Amino acid sequence: MVIEIVKGMAFTLRQLFRKPITLQWPEEQKPAPARHRGRHILHRYDNGLERCIGCELCSGACPVGCIYVEPAENDPANPVSPGERYARRYEINLMRCIFCGYCAEACPTEAITLGPRFELADYRRERTVATKEDLLEAWPNFAAARGPNPRGAGADQRGQAARAPGVSPRLAWDEDELIRREGGERTVPGNAGLAPHVPSVAEPRHHKRDR
Amino acid sequence: MTIVPPADVLGYRIGPDYWWVILVKAVIIVLFLATAAAYSTYAERKVAAHIQLRIGPNRVGPIGLLQPAADAVKLLFKENVAPAGRDRLLYLIAPGFAAAAAIFAFAVIPVSGTQTVDGYQLHWDIAHLNVGLLYILAVTSLGVYAIFLGGWSANSKYSLLGALRSSAQLISYEMAVAFALMGAIILSQSLDLEQIVNAQHHVWFVLLQPLGFLLYYLGALAETNRLPFDLPEAETELVAGYHTEYSGMRFGFYFLGEYINMVTVSAIATTLFLGGWLPLPIIDRLWFIPGWIWFLGKVTLLIFVMMWVRWTLPRLRYDRLMNLGWKVMLPLGLLNIAITGAVVAVKAST
Repeated sequence: MVIEIVKGMAFTLRQLFRKPITLQWPEEQKPAPARHRGRHILHRYDNGLERCIGCELCSGACPVGCIYVEPAENDPANPVSPGERYARRYEINLMRCIFCGYCAEACPTEAITLGPRFELADYRRERTVATKEDLLEAWPNFAAARGPNPRGAGADQRGQAARAPGVSPRLAWDEDELIRREGGERTVPGNAGLAPHVPSVAEPRHHKRDR
Repeated sequence: MTIVPPADVLGYRIGPDYWWVILVKAVIIVLFLATAAAYSTYAERKVAAHIQLRIGPNRVGPIGLLQPAADAVKLLFKENVAPAGRDRLLYLIAPGFAAAAAIFAFAVIPVSGTQTVDGYQLHWDIAHLNVGLLYILAVTSLGVYAIFLGGWSANSKYSLLGALRSSAQLISYEMAVAFALMGAIILSQSLDLEQIVNAQHHVWFVLLQPLGFLLYYLGALAETNRLPFDLPEAETELVAGYHTEYSGMRFGFYFLGEYINMVTVSAIATTLFLGGWLPLPIIDRLWFIPGWIWFLGKVTLLIFVMMWVRWTLPRLRYDRLMNLGWKVMLPLGLLNIAITGAVVAVKAST
């Protein structure tokens, strides 16, 4: 018994002089793991067009009904997304979201994925609703703004490898369109004209179970 | 009874000391003990953290040094939740008693050797008692009342169970501790703590009484309710044992009591076995360091070992605790007395 006690004491004494493994959050941050499911990101194609085509499949797949999408028709002269429609408003109630990632799985254009951000607490309820401005990747330097993507640039939710710029494997139908536009003159994304939407609590926002 | 004339009030003596000297010393000791206890909690958390590869408190003040102050403020402002069926008077008294019982013993502990200042004998203990050790043995046993009354008056089953365990444990180990101290008494031929320290000028009693020291230290762990003998609290079994029903500063007093007790017990061990305020016997050059620093250093070391043990060893089972006390430590203590006595007797006759 005495030997075991001495062994134990020696071990804890050695531990005492080892470097602590504590990470001093929030001063020190650790890169999120590749498949971390934090706050959502709305992605763009590399030419700046939004991936989201306003189909509302994410909203339908969401088990808690926290996603609200208000689609609008694209202006053919100055489109926001390569499809017929785009999301004029795209809001996620983060108080309600369970970060299951079904929205990302449902998305046909891989416009939405769950990102590395996890510090989502706030003092005001209104601010816990993420608007499209919050979620959308910055343009033009969205790659820089996003920082090093642990999944590899453009890699999808499942950690699959990056694909050719601007081309989604699921988007064969609009590939021609994309290539045609890439040589084009447009550099500014087409949603600049939309006034930023300030959410309020009173406003009905969520079409499903959130009434 | 003689009435002291006002002019002589400052010159009035209690024992060998002026009364105001005693008062000043008492105030200093109490303040010191409260601070030491507060910073022991800080040290405990730091030691625990680093043993577990964490950092520990580091947000309040530089490297968390103001944490004890923040804790004290928190405890003071917390609501005192009290059970309805309590015995009001005892429930109120018990926590204070816990802290007081721990402080009592310090009255006779010499922090440093007696010095002569301007022809006045300055003692570094509050009451210069010639039976100091006897007083300590008597007074440290009072701690059990705080625990038992606190547990009983709260009218809660966990408190009562903790209190019962605690009384059984304290009484069992009391005996072993007393026997362990006996060796030092035999060697120094005195109950006066200052003389006991002075008897260690050449050899500290740890070297002559390794068994006695070990027994005392183990018993001290049991008497301060620290792991591996923390059965009165036993978080996993009894919520918090005898102080389950205490909150706010009332709980704070129990907490304070426990940590002051650690200081006290370590101070007693230092005085009896580690040569009190004396520097290391081999190196003469270390005499320039004042005695009280040596004393504090030794006490700190012993407290650190207590923490180190706490974060290493698991809790003993209750029957094993009792077995250890009565069947191992008590016989060993008796053996220690017998051998020490025999050796001293033989040496005296030759």
